[in-house]
Order: sequence, then C-alpha cells, then structure tokens
Amino acid sequence: MTEIFVLAEHRQGQLRDITFEMLTKARELAEKTNAEPVAVILGKNVGEHAKNLAEHAKKVLLVEDEKLENFNSEAYQKVLSHLIKEHKPLLTITGHTSYGVELAPRLAVALNIPLATDCIELAFEGDAFTVTRQMYGGKVNVKAMLRKAESYMVTVRQAAFQAQKPPTPLNGQIVEVPSPLTEEITTKRFLEYVLPPPGGVDITAAEVLVGIGRGIKDQGNIPMVEELAKMLGGVLACSRPIVDKGWLPSDRQVGTSGKTVKPKLYIALGISGAFQHVLGMKNSDLIIAVNKDPKAPIFSFSDYGVVEDLFKVVPVLKNKISELKAQKA
Amino acid sequence: MPLDIIVCVKHVPETAEAELKIDATGKGIEKAGLVFDINEWDDYALEEAVRIKEKFGGTVTAITVGPEDSESTLRKCLARGADKAIRLTDPKFAGSDAYATAKILYNVIKNLHFDLILTGAQAGDDGSAAVGPVLAELLGIPHATMVKKIEFSNGKAIVNRELEGGLEERLEVKLPALFAVQTGINEPRYVSIMGIRKAMQKEVKVMGLADIGLSENDVGEAGSWLRIERLYIPPVEKQAEFLKGSPDEIATKIVEILKSRGLI
Ligand SMILES: Cc1cc2nc3c(=O)[nH]c(=O)nc-3n(C[C@H](O)[C@H](O)[C@H](O)COP(=O)(O)OP(=O)(O)OC[C@H]3O[C@@H](n4cnc5c(N)ncnc54)[C@H](O)[C@@H]3O)c2cc1C
Repeated sequence: MTEIFVLAEHRQGQLRDITFEMLTKARELAEKTNAEPVAVILGKNVGEHAKNLAEHAKKVLLVEDEKLENFNSEAYQKVLSHLIKEHKPLLTITGHTSYGVELAPRLAVALNIPLATDCIELAFEGDAFTVTRQMYGGKVNVKAMLRKAESYMVTVRQAAFQAQKPPTPLNGQIVEVPSPLTEEITTKRFLEYVLPPPGGVDITAAEVLVGIGRGIKDQGNIPMVEELAKMLGGVLACSRPIVDKGWLPSDRQVGTSGKTVKPKLYIALGISGAFQHVLGMKNSDLIIAVNKDPKAPIFSFSDYGVVEDLFKVVPVLKNKISELKAQKA
Repeated sequence: MPLDIIVCVKHVPETAEAELKIDATGKGIEKAGLVFDINEWDDYALEEAVRIKEKFGGTVTAITVGPEDSESTLRKCLARGADKAIRLTDPKFAGSDAYATAKILYNVIKNLHFDLILTGAQAGDDGSAAVGPVLAELLGIPHATMVKKIEFSNGKAIVNRELEGGLEERLEVKLPALFAVQTGINEPRYVSIMGIRKAMQKEVKVMGLADIGLSENDVGEAGSWLRIERLYIPPVEKQAEFLKGSPDEIATKIVEILKSRGLI
C-alpha cells in the first residue's frame, strides 16, 4: 500500500505541535488516496516519541543514531533519502519551520521529487496534486499544481491545519530501521543551542499589549505609543522589523520567532498581519487593529478594525482615555 | 583570508501598503503602479557580504534572475559596495519557480570562483524560502538557512541559525558554503552619493538562456516544480467589525468597547 510520510519534528526532548497538525492532514489525505499515514522519526532515544506517534499513524518508522541526536539537515537528508527511495511514498510532509526549510529543498533536488513550500492546503484532485500557498505577505492566495510525479514533497505552514486526535488510537506498528549513516557528517556540525538573552519585560504575562509594526515609521514615535500602553496598564510589543531595527529589544517581538501571547487586549498599530506575526497573537481575547490599508491581512484576525492613520487615531484615543480617568478620579 | 562572495538578489514589488489586483491571466498581479526594490532579506545578505569583504578583503558579486528592470536593484548593490553584477534576463525565464531559478543561478555560478554564497532567507513576493538550499544542493556545498550571525574560524564558518520562539542553534560549516540570511543580522547601510556615482560606472554583465547552457525545458514553467493555476484574494475567515467615522468618533467607539469589557 502506498504511504504518506510525515516527518515528526522534535527538539530538546519535545515533539512539536506541527507534527500533530501534519499527521491530521496526512490521515485525511490518506483516506482519500487509499494510502497509509506513516510517521517518520529520527533521533537518539526517541522511542517514547515513537509510541506517542503510533497513536496518530498507521506505522512509525523509527531511526535511532547518535549522529541524529541534534537536527542536522545533512544527516537527516541521508536517512530520509534512504527511506524515501525504499518506500516511495506518494507524499512526504515536513513543517515549514526552521528544520523543514533547511531540509526539504535539498532533499527534493537530491531525489528529483517536486516540492512546494509553505503550503496552507494540499489536495489530490484526479491524478493531479495541488497545493495552496500565499504570496505578498498573505495578500494573495495561489493555487498551484505540482509537476506530475510518482512522489511529491511539501513543507506546510504552522497552524495551517488543526491538530486532531484520531477517534480511536491507531496503534500503528513501530518499525525500527537500522541507521543508514555510516560516517560522521563533517561538512556541517551542530555545536549548541543559544538561548535568547533574559529580558526585562515578559510580554506573555501582560494583560494588555500595544503592538507596533513598521507603520510606526520612526523610533522617535515610540514614546507616544508607549504612553498609550501605560495608560491601559499594559506594555509595548512589536513585529519583527522593529526588533531588526533595534528600536525595541527582542523580548518584545510577537510571532513565530518571537513570543506567543494571549492578552485580554491586543492593539495592533501599523502591523500588516504576516502569518509569522499573527501566529503569535491571534488567540488574544480582544484584538483591535489600526492600519491605513483596508486590505491589510491583520483585519481578518481582528475583532475590530480601524482603517486610518495611526498617528491620527492614537493621540485622540489617549485624550479620551485621560478624560475618562479624570472623571473617575 | 580574503573571500570571494556571491550574493543572489531579487527585484520585488513593495506590497505591504499597496492594493493588489489580480491580472487578466489570473496567474499574476497587476504590476503597474507598484514600486520595486531589492527583496528585504537580500538587503541584509548584501550588507553582510560587504561587511565581510571590508573585514577580510575579497570581492562581492551580485547576481539576479529577473527582467531588465531589475538592473536598478543591481545598481543599488554596486552602490552599496558590490564589485561586480550579473543580470540573468530572458523572456524564457518567466514563470520560473524557486527550483528553475536556482538552476539558472547554478549554471552561471558553477563557472565562477567563490568561497561563500549568500542569499536572503526568502523572497517577500513568493515566500518560497527554497532558492538558497536548492542552489547549495546543485553545487554540492553545505548550507544553512535563517542565518543570524556569521563568524569565521580556521577556514570554517560558525553560524547562528534562528529556530522558533527566540531560540538559536550554532553550527560549524565547511567552506565553500551557502547561507540564507535572516533579517536583523545587521543594519543595512544607506547609499552615499559617491557610491551611486561609482556604481554608474561599473559594468553589469547580462546573460540569457543561450549563454548559460540550459534548454528551454529547464527554465520557466516547463522547468519548474510548480505551475500556477490561479491567484485569488484570500477569503476572509473572521472579518473585523470596522469602526468608522472621524478619528474622534473612532476613539470614542474604542473607549466604549474597552469600557464594556472592563479594560478601562
Ligand atoms: C522565518 C521568519 C520568521 C519571522 N518571524 C516573525 C515574528 O516572529 N514576528 C513578526 O512580526 N514577523 C516575523 N517575520 C517577518 C514577517 O514575515 C513580516 O515581515 C513582518 O511581520 C512584517 O512586519 P510589519 O507588519 O510591522 O511590517 P509591514 O508588513 O511592512 O506592514 C506595515 C503596515 O503598517 C501599515 N501602516 C503604515 N503606516 C501607517 C500609519 N501611519 N497608520 C496605520 N498603518 C500604517 C501599512 O499599511 C502596513 O500594513 C518572520 C519572517 C520569517 C521569514
């Protein structure tokens, strides 16, 4: 029976959420194509993970090796090439994550398998395999067809698919595959993890966040919005470009490469709503976005939207809040 | 140790604040009225290349696959400190995805001397994040993506790669290597008037399909993994309720909402 591979992603002893998102999608596709969902896990001492994965897949391919202790795309590529050549899965799914982005493109070239990256939807339609992805920071969706092949490969966006448990655990068979890694990888070596510097402010603990993006234009405008945050009893957070420019420290960054936050209130000022930012804040209780561009993707993730120049709205808003506070006092 | 560095750059439209319209073919966007510039991630890659050259000596060559207009992005690279520039332009290249683009780059770069290749982590238009690693595989050299720091020690590079949630990993990579650079690795410099003047005098080499030893079937849609069927504006999943009126009216409404939720 043909198979759909999901490369389980794990780091520092933990299976990552994306693994279960991918397995959910794989089961759905497997049902439609009469294939078997197979989890593939590479690592050292990951037997417990394999057991966990077995509840979500019909089979688990487990490769253990000292050389797989930490992620190294070259070691992963060798092992996966071996497995894919042998099993010829219909599809191999990896995350569009730091690991997947490092691994999948090279692997696809090496095996001459067509690849689509950062997919938000996957479908087998007749004898064609199609994907949906986004362009221009999420402003446009693209439906594309992969070149016809026996085997396909994709990387999928985090949180594009919702992880679900199968109604009953699948009790997949765990197949231990001897590691095909014969030699040490010398071209690329993992040295260590580097933790983010300890921060002064914990935005994940704040009940109110005022998030600023590139629309803030200039560092000199930051005190004005910081004041708004303070008036609301909250703190400033931001999108990535603000940290890249050095305007705020990295512990204020919301998003996939920053922090995930869930405050009672998130006010997004001049933030377009790229998915890497949105993934960090979309579960906030109340989201209000101010953006000049009525088509900014952030509005599809907000409860309230204001299409206006933030420099016109913020000062008036601050006045109103002051007035209200004065009345109360 | 002087390093010869190649930087791959892309000329892309700025779309964060622009209204995008799907064109008549349904497979692209209307480009008229959009401002094009160097891809954000490539800007950091170029800056990093120039900094490495300033520190260790060597050369920086900027290469792009794009139409004639992408000349302005290459001129910008030259003004910023690149020594040479190559523009790969051919109508047959249109419709190339990350794979086909990397093949075009490969066929030129394999004939050049280099110690290091830098690309952006992704392009802001198609967001593929694949040209760099594909190119590395074709060249048979090691690579790292999402690179936030590059150092050199004993002829090897030590790089920090960004993982999720603020975590990074440090890797040792043998040279020659390819690194796909993430934003924030440095702060790209402004271009001086002097730099612009000098750049105008530098030569941009232009090459087409016939010059690089590929066939029509290797490039464009025919040579790609992906064929675009159609573009569409994403359906709205959760539409915000828009607060309308003057800034004063809007602010009043926001205050009402915050009050009703007990937030002020
Ligand atoms: C691997 C990877 C990881 C990433 N991780 C993160 C992450 O963790 N967090 C993150 O935020 N990004 C992350 N990014 C970057 C992300 O893709 C976007 O580039 C970024 O989020 C854009 O930030 P922005 O919305 O502030 O800027 P832009 O996209 O430039 O948007 C600016 C917005 O401001 C609006 N605007 C301008 N002026 C005004 C005004 N006066 N009033 C009102 N509105 C105005 C514009 O209409 C526009 O919508 C990551 C990218 C990659 C590739």
